Amino acid sequence: MKIDPIKNGIVIDHIEAGKGKKVYDFLELEQLDCTIALIKNVPSKKMGKKDIIKIDADIKVDFDVLGYIAPEVTINLIKNEKTVEKKRLELPKTLKNVIKCKNPRCITSVEQGIDHVFKLVDEQNKVYRCIYCESKAND
Amino acid sequence: MKNLLSITDFSVQEIDQLLSVAQDIIANPEKYNEKCKHKILATLFFEPSTRTRLSFESAMLSLGGSVLGFSDANSSSASKGESVSDTIRVVSCYSDIIAMRHPKEGAPFVASMVSSVPIINAGDGGHNHPTQTLADLLTIKTEKGRLDNLTVGFCGDLKFGRTVHSLIEALARYKGIKVVLISPKELTIPDYVKSDVMDKNNMDYVETTDLEQVMPQLDVLYMTRVQQERFFNEDDYLRLRDSYILTLDKLSNAKPDLSILHPLPRVNEIAVDVDNDSRACYFKQVANGRYMRMALILKLLGIE
Repeated sequence: MKIDPIKNGIVIDHIEAGKGKKVYDFLELEQLDCTIALIKNVPSKKMGKKDIIKIDADIKVDFDVLGYIAPEVTINLIKNEKTVEKKRLELPKTLKNVIKCKNPRCITSVEQGIDHVFKLVDEQNKVYRCIYCESKAND
Repeated sequence: MKNLLSITDFSVQEIDQLLSVAQDIIANPEKYNEKCKHKILATLFFEPSTRTRLSFESAMLSLGGSVLGFSDANSSSASKGESVSDTIRVVSCYSDIIAMRHPKEGAPFVASMVSSVPIINAGDGGHNHPTQTLADLLTIKTEKGRLDNLTVGFCGDLKFGRTVHSLIEALARYKGIKVVLISPKELTIPDYVKSDVMDKNNMDYVETTDLEQVMPQLDVLYMTRVQQERFFNEDDYLRLRDSYILTLDKLSNAKPDLSILHPLPRVNEIAVDVDNDSRACYFKQVANGRYMRMALILKLLGIE
């Protein structure tokens, strides 16, 4: 399979195989007009298989969102068909309006105009807690 | 500006200082009866809790202050759909300090984000109820003379009991606390309390289903109610219910200076004849709740 190199844009590499669509949806890439390639199950020495997303536009990506859903990825920033910067992501310390608290007893379920905010409390186990009710993000 | 949303908002030193003030209030109440003159406490109870509300109001009145507020959401603008943020913005124009109870978890935190006066969490759903924990701590301190080197038994519903979780969290910061967790298997303490509180603080704890067997070890016994609605099966409830009812018989092998606590209201989990035993401290706990709330109001208002 041949996919043309991109001129100016972003390559999100080393996405865990099968998670590419989730990253695509979270970043709301369907709203962009530019050329985007979601390549699944690419052979990888390090990972066995991986997904890759190539975006042929100089867009602003929310690295906090990306760091939360796919902290394993590598970001390559491309300018004039050359990689000008490589980035490894970290789990963001705070998530604001990325995910919603699922605890039906949480104040966020009724309060109007409130931000949904989660704080990273355990980096090793990727545990986020709602700052209001302290429920775990994935409970 | 300081608030009290969770018991861990205060350091051990701050809690010890509050306990000292509360003990001084008990010893010299007249010294404090005008300390909050011209100050107003708003009690905003978005869900009813007569006991807690009266304790706050009595505390403020005993300090010479005044109180205003509402005792359930139906008599406030919340029934018209007003947000917590807006209610608090308005009420903080009318008062110097706010005690609020709300059925939603985290509501007092939202209040603290917009309030211009200190916020006290008087209970938010199953989440926190720090002034109950302050009352528990004062009771233990008064009865035992210390908050360290104690064996504290918690009995009954340890799964859903927020007062149990909160008191364990508070005691975890003192040395030499051994916790004995006594409950039916259906109502054991949640794993997150073990991992995030007890293991993290290297607390010594054991779990058992047998109250009578561990009774002789205990310095403090904190009773809670085993509620029928927590069981899927009525037979299980009926089988287990009596094991967790405290009677004078079960106290026969307890220490003579055991302190029995209960956050109240009690239904049937402590037999009425235990009330006359010198080891029963649950009504003293109610009185202590008022003294601790007085000390807390003074602290948050910055009044010496």
